[in-house]
Formats: sequence, structure tokens, C-alpha cells
Amino acid sequence: MEHTSLLERILRGAALTLVVIFFMFPIVWIFMMSFQTNETILRIPPQLVFEPTLANYTALITGKLMTAAGTLDIAFMRNLWNSVFLSVTSVAVSLLLGVPAAYAFARHKFRGSEDIAFTLLSFRFAPALLVLLPLTLYFQKLGLANTYVGLIWVYQLICLPLILWIVRGYFEDIPADIEYAYRIGGHSWFATFRKIALPLAGPGIAAAGLLAFIFAWNNFVFALVLASADKQPVTVGALAFITSSGIQYGQISAAIVLSITPTLALALYAQRYLVEGLSLGAVKG
Amino acid sequence: MASLELRKIVKRYKSQTVLDNLSLTVADGETLVLFGPSGAGKTVLLRLVAGVIDPDEGKILIGGDDMTDVDAEFRGVGMAFQNFALFPHMSAFDNIATPLQAKRSSQGAIKAGVESVAKLLKIAHVLSHKPRALSNGQKQRTALARALVGSPPLLLLDDPLRNVDAKLRFEMRLELPRLLADRGATVVYVTQDYKEAMALGDRIAVMAQGVIRQLGTPEQIYREPANIEIARLFGDPTINLLDVKPARDARGIYVGLSNVQVYLPDAPGTAVGRDCIIGLRPEALHFVDENEPGAIPVTVEAETPLNEKIVTLVRTVRGREILVSRPAGTPGRSEGKAHIAVDGKSALLFDHASGERIGSKNVLNLRSGEAA
Repeated sequence: MEHTSLLERILRGAALTLVVIFFMFPIVWIFMMSFQTNETILRIPPQLVFEPTLANYTALITGKLMTAAGTLDIAFMRNLWNSVFLSVTSVAVSLLLGVPAAYAFARHKFRGSEDIAFTLLSFRFAPALLVLLPLTLYFQKLGLANTYVGLIWVYQLICLPLILWIVRGYFEDIPADIEYAYRIGGHSWFATFRKIALPLAGPGIAAAGLLAFIFAWNNFVFALVLASADKQPVTVGALAFITSSGIQYGQISAAIVLSITPTLALALYAQRYLVEGLSLGAVKG
Repeated sequence: MASLELRKIVKRYKSQTVLDNLSLTVADGETLVLFGPSGAGKTVLLRLVAGVIDPDEGKILIGGDDMTDVDAEFRGVGMAFQNFALFPHMSAFDNIATPLQAKRSSQGAIKAGVESVAKLLKIAHVLSHKPRALSNGQKQRTALARALVGSPPLLLLDDPLRNVDAKLRFEMRLELPRLLADRGATVVYVTQDYKEAMALGDRIAVMAQGVIRQLGTPEQIYREPANIEIARLFGDPTINLLDVKPARDARGIYVGLSNVQVYLPDAPGTAVGRDCIIGLRPEALHFVDENEPGAIPVTVEAETPLNEKIVTLVRTVRGREILVSRPAGTPGRSEGKAHIAVDGKSALLFDHASGERIGSKNVLNLRSGEAA
């Protein structure tokens, strides 16, 4: 072990504390705001001690927003459900399409394979706003505007390239000999894909899936333009808190807390699949 | 029946020809060793037979059936890889069981099969371990067990002892021949270790640059190497090579070594007057008394005892360095002036320009086909 002096340890501790405070402060502040009314939030100077209230959460869950100008209906729980549904389905579709495609790109060099893979990646180059207008027009013609199917389709632009390129790298890292050994043992290529390639690329697939989920969950602009109120996810739905009688900071905070919960839970769950070194000891050299 | 026949195999990678019109026949039950430096095409050849890569030209016949276009899983061969290629997410038991599972054997049959082969290879006590918990030797045995478990009629072993330590390699070199013979399988064994090749092969195919340079029994390869390259690869210490120009007198063909005429009773007449290289195995040289006929004066430079033999480096009057090997415990010189004599019968003559052995009966045209 490296020897560290007391001073060094104190300085290191202080530096770490500073970094943690810097990054955690907004989240902690939002968490605290979600238990306050608009009046206590806007009080000057801000106060650390307050009487917590669950009113914000109740309003979100019941869908009745009390403002100075009267009661407003908000569809936050509907938005949250939309977010969950859109993100989960999009990632599922992307995994279904992307993982076999990644395997094909990793294991078979066919004519134009690099070009196709690059084209798929290039979907991420264009700014979303650039493709939105033509996309909206097409979608209206095709009857896909304001449908879940249409949104999930567009979300593939976000998820598919990500999954394809990350998972491809993981497949390429599996020594081909391991797969050859399984095939020579008498198994079909599909069995080899299922029993050897998929489990060994598991951590990569989990990582790519999680990332794609976060990207899909945080998407704003596609859903803003292509979906109306009943199909909108939380990112767009949060706009409803900017009302004619003011911005509802308390409800926004509560909404943020509620909407980061699923991603956080998923990340914590997926963490154990993200372990490296599963393939350690497979081959020598 | 699982003879193996390769007919005019060609394999190219981009512009490079890895296997060049190669033909080879391995008889049923025979162990053929593919020997050669890395890059010779040995591993590619093995993979072609296994069916994980396809030849550009030529045919592969296993047991007389054309398998050229048959997928790997239907060829019924067993293969052990140089890097073991174990499945890291499965226990040793499951690793070994995979070929049996593919055959849809019953649970009981799988268990019995795995356990018997594990016992044979002395890994029964580690069957529940994942590969990462196995030592290199155990990994190697697991990989071997996986290749053997389905009793494939054709076994392909790709330098399986490459990555294990010297002690285990020595043990396995002793164990393997019996193990393979008991199975009755046809074996193609790839190695870069000439001792392994000599110990295991019924025949050895020496490969270089995508072609077979010589095919023969270990004895033939050692006694009658087709060219200098092969003579150099087989034998430890390596063969002594000296420039000579054979001449003939009333007693026969001789070469001049340090102004001493050394007669070569078996030398072919075609060698006379040509620029040649003489190959002298270190064990074909011995220390003799000064007044013995054919005694060549030398100076002893260094002596290296190697357990069962002693290797001496000597220098001739012309300054050429020669290795002399003698069994341990036999008399010799360890310093100063000495004399050596050459066993002319075992001397090999190579053409200086081409490196081919002069009078080699083994110059088969392996590129065009008939190799047996």
C-alpha cells in the first residue's frame, strides 16, 4: 500500500466532499423543493428549515393542480406511463433488431457491411430539429403522427445505433475460437449465438440497453413535435407546470423526483450485469 | 472409418496464398503431425478440416465423404484449440458436456460420458469449477476432454501443449500417444515442437509457406531430411552445417574437412564437384585419438552438460564452430586441443544453391498431389 500522510488524507477528503456537494447539490435541492409549497420555495432568503408537505405529490398523482387561478387538470401520471411505455418498448425493439445485427456485423464481413454500419451510426449525426420537419410531414401522410408506433419508430433513431455499435464491440471481443469450439461440438450457428455469444456479451448488452433507455427517456424534441397530450412523455408533460398564474416549482420538483426514479432504479438493477471480466480465463494468451 | 483426404486445397487471404495446392491423405487410425514454423498454414489447414473456414479451391474428404460444403457441426470431428477456447460462463463439466448435449444424449449418458473422460484426463475433481478457477494444465485437459468426449473418429489437435508449462508438456507427451491409440481415432496434430512431433506422429508432415515440404515417418525426417531447413528444425543440438566440395578418388567420395579427407560411403555420385553443404549431426561426431585415421584437429571452446548428454563446442583449424554431442558418462575432452572423427555414413549432403538434399529419394512432388 502507498503511504499517505495525515494532511494528504484530510485534503483528499475535503476535495472529495467538495466534488460530491457540487454534483449532488442540485438533486438534493430539487428533492427538498418537492416537499415545499411555491411560497416557501420563493421566499428570500431561501430557508433550509421548512414544514414538509406532500401536496405536490398528491396533486401529481390525483392529476388536480391547484393554482391561484383555480384547479387545472394535469396528465402527469399519464405522461409518466407514456415515458415508461415508449422507452421500454423502444429499447426492446432496438435490442431485438440491434443485437442480431451487431452480431452479424461483428462476425461476418460482407460486401458493404462497414458502410451499412456507418450509415446506421450516421443517424445520430443529424440534429433532431433538422429531420423533424420532413418527418412530421411524412408521418401525417402515413397516419403515424401522434401514434405510439410512430414514436417508437422514431425512437429507433436514438436507440438502435447506440445498441448496435456498443454491442458489436462486445461481440468482436469474444474470441472466435470459443464459438468455433461450440460449433465443432455439433451445435448450429443459432445455438452458438444463443448459448455462447449472447451470455458472453451480456454485460455489453446490459450497458447498451441501459444507455439507450436513458437516452430514450430523456428525449424531448421528437415527442414534443410528433405527439399530442395523451401520448407525451414526462419530458414534454413537464411544460404543463408553466401555467398562466406562474411556474409551479414545487410540482416540477416532485415531477422530476418521480421521473428520475425509474431510470435510477433501472441503473441500480443493471449494475450487477455491468461487471467486467466475465470472459476472464476463457482463453490463454 | 475416418480417413482424411485433402485434394488440392487452396486458401487465400486477400492477395496472400496461405495454402497452395496442398494434398494430403491420413489413413484411418493414423496420427499425423503437422509440423512447421508459425505462419506455415498449419492452423488454417486444421480449421479447414474442422469446417470453420472454407477453402477457396479443392476438396476435403472425411471417411471418403465429401465434406467440403458441409457445416462444421455435421462433420463429426473433435478439436482442441491452442488457446483452449473454453466457454468461460460454463463449469468444466458443462464445457466437456457440450458435444454430448448436441447429440441429444440423455442426462445419464452425458454424466457418465463426461465423468469417464474426466477420470482419464485426471480432472474429475475440478469438474464443478469455472474455467477461470482452473490452472493452465487443467484448462488444457478440459479442452482435450471436450474434444475427446464424443469419441469423434477424427481428432484435430491444434498445438494443445503450447500454453502449458514444461513439466506438464513432458507428462502429456508421454500420456497422449497411449490416449490417442486407445481411442482408435484418426488424429491430425499441429505442433511447433520437434520433440512432440517425433514422440506423437506416425508420420510427420513438415509444412512451410503453405506447402508440405516433406512427409514421412519421424525416423525418415530425421535421417533423410529433404532440405537444410528441415535438417535444422529437427534435432537438438542443431545439425552442423559446413561448406564443402565433394571429390572422388580410388577409395570413394570424400570431402575435405580441415585438410582431412572424410569419406562418405553413402554419398551419391552426383554430388562430386558441386558446391555442397555437409550436414553433420552432433551425435555423429566423436572425440578420438590423434593418430586414428580421419581424425580432425580441433580446439575445445566450451562444454555444456545436459543431463543425459554432453554438448561440446569445438573450433576447427579453419575457425569453424562445430557442436559435438556424446552420452553423459562417456569420455571426451572439456578443454584444449582434441581430435574428432566423423561418421561418414550419417553425413548429409545438401546442394549449396537450393538447399535440397542431394540424392533425396523423398523429393515427392507434393504440390501436384500424390503424397502417400
